[in-house]
Amino acid sequence: MNLRRLVLISVPYLWLVALFLVPFLIVVKISLSTTAIAIPPYTPTLDLAQGWAGFKDFLSQLSFDNFTFLTQDDLYWKAYLSSLKIAALSTLFTLLVAYPIAYGMARVPDEWRPTLLMLIILPFWTSFLIRVYAWMGILSDEGLLNQFLMWLGVISSPLHIMNTSKAVYIGIVYTYLPFMVLPIYAALDKMDESLNEAAVDLGASRLSSFWLVTLPMSRNGVIAGCFLVFIPALGEYVIPQLLGGSQTLMIGKVLWDEFFSNRDWPVASAVAVVLLVILIVPIVLFQRNQQKQQEAES
Amino acid sequence: MNKRLSWFNVTSLSLGFAFLYLPMLILIFYSFNESKLVTVWAGFSTKWYVELMHDQPFLDAAWVTLKVAVSSSTLATVLGTMAAITLVRMGRFPGRTLFSGMIYAPLVMPDVITGLSLLLLFIAIGLDRGIFTIMLAHTTFSMCYVSVVVSSRLLTFDRSLEEASMDLGASGFTTFRLVTLPIILPAVISGWLLAFTLSLDDLVIASFTTGPSSTTLPIKIFSAVRLGVSPEINALSTLMITVVAVGVVSASLVSKRAILKQRREEQEGERV
Repeated sequence: MNLRRLVLISVPYLWLVALFLVPFLIVVKISLSTTAIAIPPYTPTLDLAQGWAGFKDFLSQLSFDNFTFLTQDDLYWKAYLSSLKIAALSTLFTLLVAYPIAYGMARVPDEWRPTLLMLIILPFWTSFLIRVYAWMGILSDEGLLNQFLMWLGVISSPLHIMNTSKAVYIGIVYTYLPFMVLPIYAALDKMDESLNEAAVDLGASRLSSFWLVTLPMSRNGVIAGCFLVFIPALGEYVIPQLLGGSQTLMIGKVLWDEFFSNRDWPVASAVAVVLLVILIVPIVLFQRNQQKQQEAES
Repeated sequence: MNKRLSWFNVTSLSLGFAFLYLPMLILIFYSFNESKLVTVWAGFSTKWYVELMHDQPFLDAAWVTLKVAVSSSTLATVLGTMAAITLVRMGRFPGRTLFSGMIYAPLVMPDVITGLSLLLLFIAIGLDRGIFTIMLAHTTFSMCYVSVVVSSRLLTFDRSLEEASMDLGASGFTTFRLVTLPIILPAVISGWLLAFTLSLDDLVIASFTTGPSSTTLPIKIFSAVRLGVSPEINALSTLMITVVAVGVVSASLVSKRAILKQRREEQEGERV
């Protein structure tokens, strides 16, 4: 029994240590190294054959130069700020689009709900890449949106949306919409409608009963949805690469280029470490929110 | 909630679902376009599908993707289920906090960081990159998703069933095989499906961990669409969307029938 327990625990444990923890420590270590023209393209490398002396020698060569470099070159902090701005604004836009959908879904007759839920979840199972790609033909200068608007006579020359940050906002709202709709729907679905009726009976208008009763009751769903969109949007690579063009600066793209185009591993690793430090705050807040919700339910 | 739909609800639902589905429908529509120019309609044709079927690099990439997805999701299901049982049933053991941290962290880790860190590991230990390394990478992040799905099922089911089985003399493993596994099986299956889809879908981690010899379908699609919209990719997208839609719709019909059957049985039970 004890052996079985040991096997059960240690197999996934060791797997994660070897393929999650150790790789991450390697990133931290390389972020403290300096670029070199060699294979691998950085120094120092840890030589365990020299024992303790080798280790001490290795430690003394580590430096924070890459992190100082990140603060000096304005490309990097601009990319971080622009990622934060794009992630925050697109989270807000997603909320504005998702809330009315979730609200409508919570009010349709019971027999429609499984179908609507399925329709919200279905895009999640289809390829992310294809859903982003679908917008390329719509948003380009000679794309369908511009053709349609010009046919309507709303505009006389095409709007430039493709290869700007506007296209990135549209892409994020579109691909992450299910993550926002589902938690808000779950919160609204649990709500007791008699609370709204009570508010209306006591003289509140429909609108003020929404503001004072429904919205606060769905707060947890809104918070969960916002984190579920904000956290992945911050490190997004595919959407800015395909829709944002060269002008849209996002940190995921900078990391990719630093590694693949510039082959600067230490700087790419430092970019990754800083991104993770920025992400820790929303992740911890999200965890707390989830825990509070679970405690409130049990 | 109230069953009265206002005009506002109807409008927001229609606009919302139009927003979700129009881009995909447009993609499907233009995959049957005769013209190579994707925004000009020039008559119905299935020639892009024929061309796709003869495009050997695409077929090879699809085969690589399928191999990676099946192997990584199966391995991830085994590891993820073990991890879920460890988290929910094994109580305290040294390093438990680190373990649960390592289960949840990959869920929120940006793909670029996961990809970069795994690539640096593979280089450090001198492992040749290819199908095998992509498979290792996909197993690692999808086992965490499987473990979350399975542990939520483990948390809600009645433990007295397991205790009863043990009291009646079954060993731990027999109890797992005959009692626990059948109960958590739906969660294990959805975990496998989730892992499979995540693997099919992944571009970033596969790009970091692959070598020059093996290309997956998302990598192939990505390098093609960077150059702009192409009708062949539209045809491929249509095929992928159709497969997923058929799968999801039939899965929901099956579960709906199961719920109806259960309800009927409950009603009959009440009558008796």
